[in-house]
Amino acid sequence: MPITTIECRSVWKIFGDRANEALAAIRSRGVGKGEVFEEFECVVGVHDVSFEVAEGEIFCIMGLSGSGKSTLIRHVNRLIDPTDGEVLVEGVVVNTLAPEELRELRSRKIGMVFQNMALLPHRSVRDNVALGLELRGVDKVTRIGVAESTLERVGLGGWGERFPDELSGGMKQRVGLARALAADPHILLMDEPFSALDPLIRRELQSEFMTLASQMHKTTLFITHDLDEAIRIGHRIAVMKDGALVQIGTPEDIVTNPRDAYVADFVAGISRLNLVTAHKIMESPQSYAARHGAVDEAAWPRALPDDSLNRLVDLSVGSRHPILVVSEEKVVGVVTSQSLLRGIQGNRSDGAAATAI
Amino acid sequence: MDECGLLNVFECGTLPLEVWVSDGLRWLVDNYRPFFQALKWPVDLVLRNFEWALGSVPPTLMLVIFALLAWQIAGVRLMLAVAASLLFVGFLGVWAQTMTTLSVVFTSLVLCLILGIPLGIAAARSDRFYNIARPILDGMQTIPAFVYLVPIVMLFGIGNVPGVIVTIVFALPPVIRLTNLGIRQVPTDVVEAMLAFGASDRQLLWKAQLPLAMPSIMAGINQTLMMSLSMVVIASMIAVGGLGQMVLRGIGRLDMGIATVGGLGIVLLAIVLDRLTQSIAESSRTRRGASWRQRGPIGLILRWTGSRRP
Repeated sequence: MPITTIECRSVWKIFGDRANEALAAIRSRGVGKGEVFEEFECVVGVHDVSFEVAEGEIFCIMGLSGSGKSTLIRHVNRLIDPTDGEVLVEGVVVNTLAPEELRELRSRKIGMVFQNMALLPHRSVRDNVALGLELRGVDKVTRIGVAESTLERVGLGGWGERFPDELSGGMKQRVGLARALAADPHILLMDEPFSALDPLIRRELQSEFMTLASQMHKTTLFITHDLDEAIRIGHRIAVMKDGALVQIGTPEDIVTNPRDAYVADFVAGISRLNLVTAHKIMESPQSYAARHGAVDEAAWPRALPDDSLNRLVDLSVGSRHPILVVSEEKVVGVVTSQSLLRGIQGNRSDGAAATAI
Repeated sequence: MDECGLLNVFECGTLPLEVWVSDGLRWLVDNYRPFFQALKWPVDLVLRNFEWALGSVPPTLMLVIFALLAWQIAGVRLMLAVAASLLFVGFLGVWAQTMTTLSVVFTSLVLCLILGIPLGIAAARSDRFYNIARPILDGMQTIPAFVYLVPIVMLFGIGNVPGVIVTIVFALPPVIRLTNLGIRQVPTDVVEAMLAFGASDRQLLWKAQLPLAMPSIMAGINQTLMMSLSMVVIASMIAVGGLGQMVLRGIGRLDMGIATVGGLGIVLLAIVLDRLTQSIAESSRTRRGASWRQRGPIGLILRWTGSRRP
C-alpha cells in the first residue's frame, strides 16, 4: 500500500460573499452552476473534489482553462482556503494550521512552479533560487551553495549572476524549477509550468523534469491543459471539468476507457501507439481458431501482452501472419492486422466498422 | 421677492458653517494649543539640523559637496548643471536665502517620507483605509492653501516650522498615492510565489513589494519635492524666510527685480532637484549597470586607491 502524500477530501471552493449559502443550496437542492450565479452571485471554482496522490507519484490534473485546476492546486499549500472539505499533506490537515506552521509547511515541504514563472525581477538568478531558504532564515553561505548546485542540476550552472530579464522563457522556467527544488521539498506543485513555452523547449523541459522527479523522488501535482503532456508525464491523470473531477485513471485508462463524452472528446485525437498494449486489442486464440480453423503458428511473430501498439506495428510490418501474444510460454491471444489497425484508430463498434467496409 | 417662501427657500435661513468653524477653531486653540505646540517639536528638530548643516558650511565647500553628490547620483552632466546653477544663485547674492529654502524643503520632504510611505503601505494593504484616505488626499491637494493657512497660524504660530507644516499638508499626498499604487501594481503572481515559499507579511513587504514598488515610490518622492518647492512663496506669507520671502516682498513693493531674483532661484532649485530625484528613480528602475561603488567620485577614489595597492 503506497503512502498517501497529498489527499483532498471533498473539497469545495465557491467564490463570492454568500459562498456558504450557495454551498448549502447545491447540497440540498442540487442547483446548477448557472443558478448559483443567478441566485447567490457566486462562482463554483472547485466542486466536491476528492483524490489521493501517493508518495513519488506524478499526478496530473488536466482541464481546459476555467475548469478550476489552478484553484484546486492552490488548496494544497493553502494559497486558497476551501469553502468546505479538507486537504491533507503527509497526513496533516492543512486547513487548520496556524500561520507559523503553514509558513513552515510551505517553505520546507512544498515547492511550487508557476505558469508565468513569477521570478523576482530585481534579484539575480541565484538569489531567486535561494528565495525559499532565505525566507526560512538559512544563512547566506549555505543558501548560495545550495542555489548554485540546484542551478547546476537544472542545467543553468554559471548563470547565477544574471538577472531574470536576461534569460529566455525556457531558462526562466528552469530557474522557477530550481527555486522549487532548492529547499528540497517532498512535494512539487506545478501550475502549468510548461504551457507558456514553445513546443521544442516544452518537450525538452518535460523530459528533464521527468528525470529529475524520478531521481529526486518528488511527489508531484502537475496541472496542464495539454493532454499530450499529461499522458507523457503523469502516472495518473485526473480530468477536470467545471470544477469537478470527471475521471481519474492511468493514461491508458483514460484513453481506452473514457468515462463520458467529454473525456472521449478530449482523447479522440491522442495517438494510441505508445499507450495501448497488446492485451487490450487481442482476441482469444479460441475465437481466432473458430473463424480460421487449425493453422500452423510456427512462423508467426510473437509479442508480450504489455507490448505497445507501436511494437506490434513493427512486428506486423515484418510478417504476413497475425501476431501471437504470448505470456509465460503460453499463447494468450492473437492480433490480426485488422484488429491492430482498429486498435490504432481507437474504440469503434464492430457495427460502425462493418458499415465503413 | 426676498421673503421666506416656497419660491425662495434660501431666505428662510442659512447654515451657520462659518460660525461653527470659527468657534470650533477657537475652542481647539483654547484647549489644545499645547498639544499642537508639542507637535512642532519633531519638525523643529529636523529643520534645525538642516539649517545648521546647510548654513554652517562655507558656500564654496557646500557647492563642491552638492556637485560631487550630483556626480555620484547622476553622472558628470548633472554635476556640471548643479555647479552652474549654484554658482549662478550664489552670484545673484541669494546664497543664504537659497539655503534657508532648501532646509525648509528638505525638512518637509523628510517628514513627508516618514509619514507618507507607511501610510501608503497601509493604503495598499487595506481597501477600506484607502477608500477613507482618498477623499482626504484629494482635499489636501485641492483646498487652496490660503484656507488652512489661518488655522495653522492660530495653532502653530508663524515662522519656518509652521511653514514646513503647511508645506507637508500640500506635498504629502503624492508620496502616499504613489507608494500605494506601486505596491498594488506588484504582479499578483509574484506575491503568490512569495507566499508559496513561506514568506511572512513582513518578508513579502521588504523583499518583494517595496523593491518592486521603488520606481513608483521614487516618482512620488519627486512629486512631493516639486510640490514642496511650489509652496515656498505661499509659506512665506506666514513668515518663512528664504527665496519665497523675496518673491513676496517683490509683489508687495511692486519690485520686479527682487521678485525675479527670488523666482529664478526657486526655478533653478526645482530643476536641479527634479533631475536628481529622477535619476535616482531611473537607476532604481534599471538596476543594472555599475553599482554605486564603481561610479562617480567614490568609484574614482576606490579605483585609485585600489590600483595603488597591488
